[in-house]
Amino acid sequence: VVADPKTPTGVEAEAEHPLVARLREGVTDAVLASHAFRGDATAIVPREKLIEVCRFLRDDAALRFDMLVDVTAVDYLGRRPRFEVVYHFYSLPLNHRLRVKVALEEHDPSLPSLVPIWAGANWLERETWDLYGIVFTGHPDLRRIYLYEEFEGHPLRKDYPKEKRQPLIGPGSPTSAGSPGSNR
Amino acid sequence: MADEPPVRDPGLEEDVLELPFEPLELKMGPSHPATHGTIRINLKLDGETVQHAEVEVGYLHRGFEKECESGLYYQAFPYTDRLNYVSPIINNVGYALACEKLLGIEVPERCRYLRVIGSEICRMADHYTCLGAAAMELGAMTGFLYAMESREAVWDVVDVMCGARVTSNYVRIGGLSEDVGSGFPALVRAKLAQAGTLQQDFEDLLLANPIFRERMEGTGKLSSDQLIALGVTGPLLRAAGVPYDVRRAQPYLVYDRLDFEVPIGEEGDNMDRFLVRVAELKQSRRMVEQCLDQLPGGPVDIDNPHIRLPGKKKVFNRMEELIAQFKLVTEGPRPPVGEVYQAVEGGNGELGFYLVSDGSGKPYKCRARSPSFSNTQALGRMLQGGMFADVVPTFDMINMIGGECDR
Repeated sequence: VVADPKTPTGVEAEAEHPLVARLREGVTDAVLASHAFRGDATAIVPREKLIEVCRFLRDDAALRFDMLVDVTAVDYLGRRPRFEVVYHFYSLPLNHRLRVKVALEEHDPSLPSLVPIWAGANWLERETWDLYGIVFTGHPDLRRIYLYEEFEGHPLRKDYPKEKRQPLIGPGSPTSAGSPGSNR
Repeated sequence: MADEPPVRDPGLEEDVLELPFEPLELKMGPSHPATHGTIRINLKLDGETVQHAEVEVGYLHRGFEKECESGLYYQAFPYTDRLNYVSPIINNVGYALACEKLLGIEVPERCRYLRVIGSEICRMADHYTCLGAAAMELGAMTGFLYAMESREAVWDVVDVMCGARVTSNYVRIGGLSEDVGSGFPALVRAKLAQAGTLQQDFEDLLLANPIFRERMEGTGKLSSDQLIALGVTGPLLRAAGVPYDVRRAQPYLVYDRLDFEVPIGEEGDNMDRFLVRVAELKQSRRMVEQCLDQLPGGPVDIDNPHIRLPGKKKVFNRMEELIAQFKLVTEGPRPPVGEVYQAVEGGNGELGFYLVSDGSGKPYKCRARSPSFSNTQALGRMLQGGMFADVVPTFDMINMIGGECDR
């Protein structure tokens, strides 16, 4: 049963995954669309509701998602909205998983940080900023994590050429003085 | 008129004669003799106490996702080997399971068992490396040699399975690169017995050693709540008393048919992390032995020429299979549009693959959720407030694998 992730399916909630149904019940207007391709429960939520949704996911007795497993993004270049930020949650006490996605427009790829809710979001969001250029507002330390600060662009975006090189080697390079990566 | 500045009593000058203090900043790494793995830890020290520890990763970043997205699904297998390069078959299996979930196929029984055997053998290699290196970095060189000898024994099994010790590239979508021969079970049993004897010596050497115990016990602790909030999984989380193991919680392949325990610790200190891994080595051995007993005959590859290469005999003699082979090599299997997440229990915790398909032969998105990345994030907190000398055992027990952490 492949639901197109882009079509809002608010009316056909009868076949919905119970976890998504619980979320829809608990937070008003939280679920824009949902699907359960190959059994993976997935909910698409609006950016404005993300924090409320996440608090509910963590604290609700029927959900109890105490672990944020993964944060990443997907670049659908040429589509609107262009980006999707993808969260994977796992509940240790109840042993179930949920995927939550937030769609973002190219001109404003920002959404609230989840660090206040799960401390583990810190590095995962830094990675997503580094490689996709998604801005997590309210993040305590939103720096690049893999690449150097002088790196231009975000390499996992689909319009970043795979063969492009930005070498940064030797004492004459800009990082050699004053940056956090310097020994001097 | 402003107030007159107070006249200073020369006797009070002694009060300000305290020595100026500022924390010592020490940068450990990225290449440091007491750490294995390329990482930098920026420490602020107050004497011997760690005030603040900031961890920098990324030295081994090589664009895993970008490379995977530019090739066909099956071309990513060699890259997955190099995620956690100490237990490559687990990565192969995780990626293959994600692809198979996307395609909606199941592999034959014999293949499932062999994948479990490969995974558990690799988990043993992973734990031997972690424990041996930890012993060495605390000065117990003999312990390290015993662990390496054990690892050689289990790597001999990997060698027989796929022809390589380290970069296995063993698993295929819908099967395996090759089947094992009839002498395989006997060889595995012999090698496991050899590794088991060495492991016993290794344990006796270290666990009775007061210096080793002193450096491991009570160091690097973090509460289970904090570990969960940080997304830490695997032996680190189990050592803190949380029995989360993907093999038990959400079994894949044939783990639901095997009899095994999930060892947990109590304190969550480095000693518990060490002991949990030692106990897991025994459980892995148990699982491999059960798999050998239950190993069924039959094919290892699914019979679908659009997903798994047909045999050479068919390719050379029949037109249909020849075409299928050509299409499969040049275009690869084409999963339907959709997205899946598949988790397996890696050497260091939950290893997940998130794949997005746009219906073409290339993954639109291929994400590896690496346990080392999340576990290393917790390192800074584990070090804070502890002694400087505890940095080494704590880092050892995190078992950061650069290839997996930095991808």
